[in-house]
Amino acid sequence: MTALDSTIDTASPDFARNRAEMLACLAEVRSVEEKLRETEGEKAAQFRKRGQLLPRERVALMLDRGSPFLEICALAGYRQHDDKDGSLAGGNVIAGIGYVRGVRCMLNASNSAIKGGTLTPWGMRKILRMQEIALAQKLPMVSMIESGGANLNYQAEVFIEGGRVFANQAALSAAGIPQITVVHGSSTAGGAYMPGLSDYVVMVRNQAKVFLAGPPLLKAATGEIANEEDLGGAEMHARIAGTAEFIAEDDADGIRIAREIVASLDWNRAVPPPATGVAEPLFAADELCGVVPVHYSLPYDCREVIARIVDGSEFLDFKSEYDTQTICGRARIHGLAVGIVANNGPITVHGAAKAGQFLQLCDQADIALIFLMNTTGFMVGTEAEQGGMVKHGSKLIQAVANVRVPRITVVIGASFGAGNYGMCGRGFGPDFIFAWPNARTAVMGGEQAAKVMDIVGRERFARTGTAPSPQEEAQLVAMSAGIVAQFDRESHPLAATARLFDDGLIDPRDTRRVLGYTLSICREARARTLKGNSFGVARF
Amino acid sequence: MPMPTPFDRVLIANRGEIAVRVIRSCRALGLSTVAVYSDADREALHVRLAGQALHLGAAPAAESYLRGDRIIEAALTSGAQAIHPGYGFLSENAAFARAVQAAGLIFIGPDPESIAAMGDKSAAKVRMLRAGVPCIPGYQGDDQSDSLLLAQAQEHGFPVMIKAAAGGGGRGMRLVRDPEHFQRALASARSEAANAFGDGRVLLEKALVGARHVEIQVFGDRLGHLVHLGERDCSIQRRNQKIVEEAPSPAVDTELRARMGAAAVAAARAVDYVGAGTIEFMLTGTGEFYFLEMNTRLQVEHAVTEMLFDLDLVEWQLRIARGEPLPLTQSELDARRHGYAIEVRLCSEDPAAEFQPQTGGVLAWAPAIGPDMRVDHGLTEGQPIGPHYDSLQAKLIARGATREDARRTLLAMLGDTLLLGVPTNQHFLAEIIASDEFASGDFSTDFIGRQLAAPAGGPTPASPLHGALVAVLLHHLDTRALHTATGLCADLLGWQSTPATPGRMRLNCGESALACAIETRGAGAFVVTVDNGTGTGSFAIRIIALERNRLEAIVDGNRRVAHFARDADQLWLRHAGVTSAWRDRSYQPAGERDRTVEGRLRAPMDGRIIAVHCAAGAVVRKGQVLVVLEAMKMQFQLVAPSDGQVETVACAPGQQVKARHVLAEIRA
Repeated sequence: MTALDSTIDTASPDFARNRAEMLACLAEVRSVEEKLRETEGEKAAQFRKRGQLLPRERVALMLDRGSPFLEICALAGYRQHDDKDGSLAGGNVIAGIGYVRGVRCMLNASNSAIKGGTLTPWGMRKILRMQEIALAQKLPMVSMIESGGANLNYQAEVFIEGGRVFANQAALSAAGIPQITVVHGSSTAGGAYMPGLSDYVVMVRNQAKVFLAGPPLLKAATGEIANEEDLGGAEMHARIAGTAEFIAEDDADGIRIAREIVASLDWNRAVPPPATGVAEPLFAADELCGVVPVHYSLPYDCREVIARIVDGSEFLDFKSEYDTQTICGRARIHGLAVGIVANNGPITVHGAAKAGQFLQLCDQADIALIFLMNTTGFMVGTEAEQGGMVKHGSKLIQAVANVRVPRITVVIGASFGAGNYGMCGRGFGPDFIFAWPNARTAVMGGEQAAKVMDIVGRERFARTGTAPSPQEEAQLVAMSAGIVAQFDRESHPLAATARLFDDGLIDPRDTRRVLGYTLSICREARARTLKGNSFGVARF
Repeated sequence: MPMPTPFDRVLIANRGEIAVRVIRSCRALGLSTVAVYSDADREALHVRLAGQALHLGAAPAAESYLRGDRIIEAALTSGAQAIHPGYGFLSENAAFARAVQAAGLIFIGPDPESIAAMGDKSAAKVRMLRAGVPCIPGYQGDDQSDSLLLAQAQEHGFPVMIKAAAGGGGRGMRLVRDPEHFQRALASARSEAANAFGDGRVLLEKALVGARHVEIQVFGDRLGHLVHLGERDCSIQRRNQKIVEEAPSPAVDTELRARMGAAAVAAARAVDYVGAGTIEFMLTGTGEFYFLEMNTRLQVEHAVTEMLFDLDLVEWQLRIARGEPLPLTQSELDARRHGYAIEVRLCSEDPAAEFQPQTGGVLAWAPAIGPDMRVDHGLTEGQPIGPHYDSLQAKLIARGATREDARRTLLAMLGDTLLLGVPTNQHFLAEIIASDEFASGDFSTDFIGRQLAAPAGGPTPASPLHGALVAVLLHHLDTRALHTATGLCADLLGWQSTPATPGRMRLNCGESALACAIETRGAGAFVVTVDNGTGTGSFAIRIIALERNRLEAIVDGNRRVAHFARDADQLWLRHAGVTSAWRDRSYQPAGERDRTVEGRLRAPMDGRIIAVHCAAGAVVRKGQVLVVLEAMKMQFQLVAPSDGQVETVACAPGQQVKARHVLAEIRA
């Protein structure tokens, strides 16, 4: 393969400006993440006093030393519901993929340092997404539960759909994917079914509480007076009810036991051998921030990004003469073969046809696909429409939807209109989708939408042959500004990630790592044969 | 007396550093060598170095290195015509020497009669008095009744020393300061003596307080020549066993040396001594010296003398055993001696716990190398250090034109020598050698007792820096293991997509517990915060190189080197002259108690029960001896951890137990 060359001058003012702007976008994301950790940290003394670890410390201890950790939907629910200022982002759940005793697992920890780990609507959807990934990628699910249950302020939003969490647990068990759960604290009422439906349950002595009704509710319901330990303490579950297989002395001990359970699965029996002799890109990943203009209106050659992501910067450029707006080609990342689809502009008729064909070729050769999404959409205009844009666009969308190979999307800029579909946005169920902190996701660009509405408004006056009064003129201008503001707000990467349009915002400089990691997850999953069963493993 | 016959093959009836040492001298003389070994020593250095090696038996010395019959059989099988006994084991066993001769073999040492004469300490003392050699006032009679011994002790006045009549090497030896403790000390000395020498008789000597232990090396040949090679000062002892030896003695001048030398030669002549021997004296502050005992073998500390004379004393032993005359005369020897030499004994023992022998394995071993440095050892990396034999692992000997030169060189050796995998007295030795008192040369046999009273050794300090280095090593080694196991691309190791949470580690070093938080700052770079209970420290550590046992890192801008080794449950670290063993307790319940405080009496190490002094139901006082355990040839008195009632006794005399086995349970 030929190595891509770079025309970027890293000493240029453009590079410096791009870099500064991209780092500012990243800093905004990081500050939200740090703020969340600060909020959690305020609970440290309280947790210490109870002899407990903070949820993030549980995750860190659960992970192998030196393990990568790809957090999933870290900022789900950002500024939604109770999160007024973004300090409670994450849906009160911590999720991510990392190694536990050498086994790649999906980790799920109640963020009990935030509102007692109560489940928000977005936290619930985050758990559903986690389960979806665990099922698709055949990852053992390791949960560290301590949750006050559903947030009653939003019970209507979580109650019915939340049932899917339990249905998924049953489905995971039936699919042959083990779920290991450590109960670090409360897991009551509906929450009691989280451990109940797990294949392996570890409960921490004097901390775990797993019951359908606690003392107050019980007294109200039947008049019986009982204490929490008798109703659902770790000892009760380990000795009498049999809900817990293991009893732990404290958080660290529970985590140790969970790690031993994972080790005992012998899960790595069929892991494909790792790729060897991986060449680094010729150009430093660190330059990615300076290569890319933050605003999608400024064009650049996406090969500059590819050159900083793929092994040896080597790229087999597919049909480069046929269309120059949609870039397709083969490469390797961390030694794993990929087909890359990327954008240098809108998707044209030729671009759609080229990409559609390329996707089918990757499907034929069973090569994973990477979408580097940065498109303002499909080409419009008489020429495009008459050239069959809808027809060719549909072919592309069909191919995107139906390829049978792993698909991983990174939104590196604009994600507008049907471009989101043609480049494998969330709706197309990619295996993973991440976004850069400069990404913009909306049905169209804000200015464009405002202009459309402005034209429509003025046409009304034109039809009646009147001109807008100064007051009406001001209203039109205000409407435009309002639309721009709304689109800006809603297309902001934090707003998008809050709604789970992606699996998380990543540092552009981590793109190769994220892709390499998720590619190997997909590869491992597809190499693994699960031993499923019909009903899931029942606890007798 | 049988005439010596030439021999060309020597069986070395010993193990460890002395076996290695003898093999080397044999080779230098063109003699082929035969090693013997127990189950525990199959892979030992002496076995590897010898021309051939024969198996003796199980690990306990009584079933291997003390089995004279099997050793003689091995010599006959292998075609060896001579047996070198080394020191310890059968080296001073007259019956063995006789059996060797009866089998038509040469015993490389004195005649059995000489051994027997000096082996019975009481008889030897009588003989010495007759030969005009000054002896310590005391009792060395046949009447061994408790009452008479106590009366004798009172007559000579406390403090008094009880010694095994048949023994040596500090075993069966007890210093008694007042009459109340006499009975208990007597009983334990007797039992230790009976165990070690098969003879429970004791003798009494007035304890000389503030005296030095100075010994004279003598050599005799079969032609009736006797010479002395001057003195060695072995005043620095623990448990009545030497750990630092030097020559010349800071307390001996030429005139005194001549007098002591003459007395030693007279003593040797009194028993028709042939070969290498040592006359031990107590030397008082006023220059009087008294005969203590004669060791009828090569001493552990013979190397100190060799350094002063540039001689190979094992070669002398071999030549004399061949019937050759002494290679040098007294005046030649006197002219030849030059300089100073100091030796320390690197032992697997814990100075903080009454020098209890420690077991483990040799995970890393790299003795100091340099001019004027000599290390005698029998160690190989990977070998276990079990409970069966002496805790001496290596001897570090330094030479210098002045005593101070030798002392400084030895200090450097103690700094540079690396032995990981078993607790040792290395740091303790370094503190002795570095001390002003040692440097002054003005000290006596109570040196260590006083040093310990002013806690010199103390428990290994769990410094935050050492904890931080251990945290980094554990993190790095585990990361490397994950890399190897998963084949993860290197750029994913330690990477997190969102701001990372510091990894928490809980580490134990001896009694101290440290809480660490470790943050990754790029490949091989970390920030570690350590809380050792008394304060916190934060260290920025970047690994520069990590190969085998050596870590090179920049710590807060300073380049530092540490050595390490890891076994199943411990990480050993040596940095800045301190070796420490660390356990990773990160996944252990925080509140888990140390089990020694449960009222359970546990075996401190692998060993054999030799006495049980309590029965179930007995009411015991804190400190009362309940069980006596023998390990590494020493007796450990295991005392009640608290007042209470014995609930169960789970051991019996003769039983072999493993470390941490519960021997008895006491309900407070």
